[in-house]
Amino acid sequence: MSSAQAQAIKVKAKSFHRIDPQMIPTIAAVVIFILMLIMGQALFGTYARLGFFSSLLIDHAYLVILAVAMTLPVLTGGIDLSVGAIVAITAVVGVKMTMAGVPAPLAIVVMLLIGMAFGLLAGTLIEEFNMQPFIATLSTMFLARGVASIISTDSLTLPQNNNFHWISDEIKIIDNPKISNDFSINVGVIIAILVVVFGYMLLHKTRTGRTIYAIGGSVSSAELMGLPVKRTQYLIYFTSATLASLASIVYTANIGSAKNTVGVGWELDAVASVVIGGTLVTGGFGYVLGSVVGAMVRSTIDPLTSDFGVPAEWTTIVVGMMILVFVVLQRAVTAINEKE
Amino acid sequence: MAEQKQRSDEDSTVRKLLSSNLTWSVVALMALIVICTIFDHGFLRLTWNTNTGGLSGPLITMLQESARYLMIATGMTLVISTAGIDLSVGSVMAVSGAAAMQMLVSGINVWVAILLSLLIGLVIGSISGALVSILGLQPFITTLIMMLAGRGLAKVITSGQNTDASSIQGGAPLRWMANGFILGIPANFIIALVIVGLVGLITRKTAMGMMIESVGINPEASRMTGIKPKKILFMVYAISGLLAAVAGLFATASVMRVDVVKTGQDLEMYAILAVVIGGTSLLGGKFSLTGSALGAIIIAMIRKTIITLGIDSAATPAFFAAVVIVICVMQAPKIHNLGAEMKRRRTLKEQAKAVTA
Repeated sequence: MSSAQAQAIKVKAKSFHRIDPQMIPTIAAVVIFILMLIMGQALFGTYARLGFFSSLLIDHAYLVILAVAMTLPVLTGGIDLSVGAIVAITAVVGVKMTMAGVPAPLAIVVMLLIGMAFGLLAGTLIEEFNMQPFIATLSTMFLARGVASIISTDSLTLPQNNNFHWISDEIKIIDNPKISNDFSINVGVIIAILVVVFGYMLLHKTRTGRTIYAIGGSVSSAELMGLPVKRTQYLIYFTSATLASLASIVYTANIGSAKNTVGVGWELDAVASVVIGGTLVTGGFGYVLGSVVGAMVRSTIDPLTSDFGVPAEWTTIVVGMMILVFVVLQRAVTAINEKE
Repeated sequence: MAEQKQRSDEDSTVRKLLSSNLTWSVVALMALIVICTIFDHGFLRLTWNTNTGGLSGPLITMLQESARYLMIATGMTLVISTAGIDLSVGSVMAVSGAAAMQMLVSGINVWVAILLSLLIGLVIGSISGALVSILGLQPFITTLIMMLAGRGLAKVITSGQNTDASSIQGGAPLRWMANGFILGIPANFIIALVIVGLVGLITRKTAMGMMIESVGINPEASRMTGIKPKKILFMVYAISGLLAAVAGLFATASVMRVDVVKTGQDLEMYAILAVVIGGTSLLGGKFSLTGSALGAIIIAMIRKTIITLGIDSAATPAFFAAVVIVICVMQAPKIHNLGAEMKRRRTLKEQAKAVTA
């Protein structure tokens, strides 16, 4: 082997190393998403249609919002298990209010306020009373779910001519002669995109964002550096709960009904999205955009499994295994980093 | 002088009693029983039921229900004292219950079914244990995955059905385990107590308990003193899985039917709550099996109270969440410091008074 060749290999190896190894899970998620689409297209022929993407976005806008919401606490090494239950309580309260004739804007404000209240409660428990985040949010999760069940255990339907429809009305972007190739979105999708932009700006362009990463690296170091850890922690749980109520508004407007059991297990879907998207569960590393990719992967699992004729019972196992694989991958990558 | 000493002795025993978590647990249990007796005068009545050959009454059904909480709380205590958590206990209960019922329906001998479903619990616990100890994954993420996958597995085992084995002949031993009586006392309660006692003996009469606690305080330091933290971690999750499987058998055998969605639902929360009530810190490093056992009985009693008072069962999770929040707030260092701070201020005031006098 000539020396030039060897040099070339070395350079190649170096440029490969320039990709942060911690990026590997995120890249893997993108690859998996593309592979899933290719596989779906090859086997069933519906996955490259614009209509598929429209429904993917419209039906899972709530999950994108929840994934952004979950990214914040996970980045600090915490978790917010209450997001699913907050969706339930805000949905039940919102629909109940609309049924009683309250105008939609007021109902939306009340829904957001409820989310904020739960976020503040979680923040207080964590910061003032030294509870671990997952215990604190586990208890707010039970509280929210329990209060939702006290309010109503029936399936509530939004009345006709409610003022929620402007969120769910579809807007055609690309009008194709073939209906399955129409690309349309709705206000819910726009809200989700705005939330993603908000999350991106918050994490990468503001001081608060840097503080969040610092807390994830090490809480005590962040405190010693004089960063406002307490205020930031409050902000994180406040934001994630508020975004959860926003997700609830989008979802409720789409579905047009609410029940106290809505959102069971959504915290796991959100965690799955975040973990698949490459955010370290131990905190300190990750991106909002990764979580969005994770949410897309998670959303594509459902149509794929149903097209394959896999019984619905298997979906949770598939999702569980997927989270496991990604967490193990993260662990391996971290171990390699430590060795270097 | 002697009198004073005696008084201070008395003071210290009283103080010890007051500061002990166990005392407060017993007081809470008594208070709940009193509340129930006020609302339902027949609450304490015990009658001898000749059909079942045992005592019957509200308290007995409470004890029967508490058996499953005793099991999961014991497993959870060990896991939490290693600074971990096992969120999968409820799902493991569903899996083992589903396996037992499905095997009975497909005509497998009842003892084989019991053994196999216990084995399944042990295997799931071991998988969590291996992931936590060997790969070093975070306990709550690992067991969260197991919780998700376990619920799915239970549904796969019964193909989504709620398998009913009540009409199957030969299920008698399993039925006896959940509804039978030994000397008039519910069999499952006695079995649970025996298992708790065994775990207590193994952990407290050998160095095992201290090893578990030392892993909870600092795994690295405990490794350097010659303890094998990985083995200990693996073991506690495996035990927790096994005990959750026992709880699953109790829960399904009492009606001989598994509900793949509801069996064991939310029970990880009850187990954590029982452990916290019992005075085991969620940060690990210290555990009290007696406390957790009392905590488990209190959980069963709270549920009984909710039913007796006629509160809507939908409110149960909110009620429990409120209890958890109150207990955790009470345990918070801030509140402890508040007491000390008040005492310090009082003594300062007294000193100031003495000076002015």
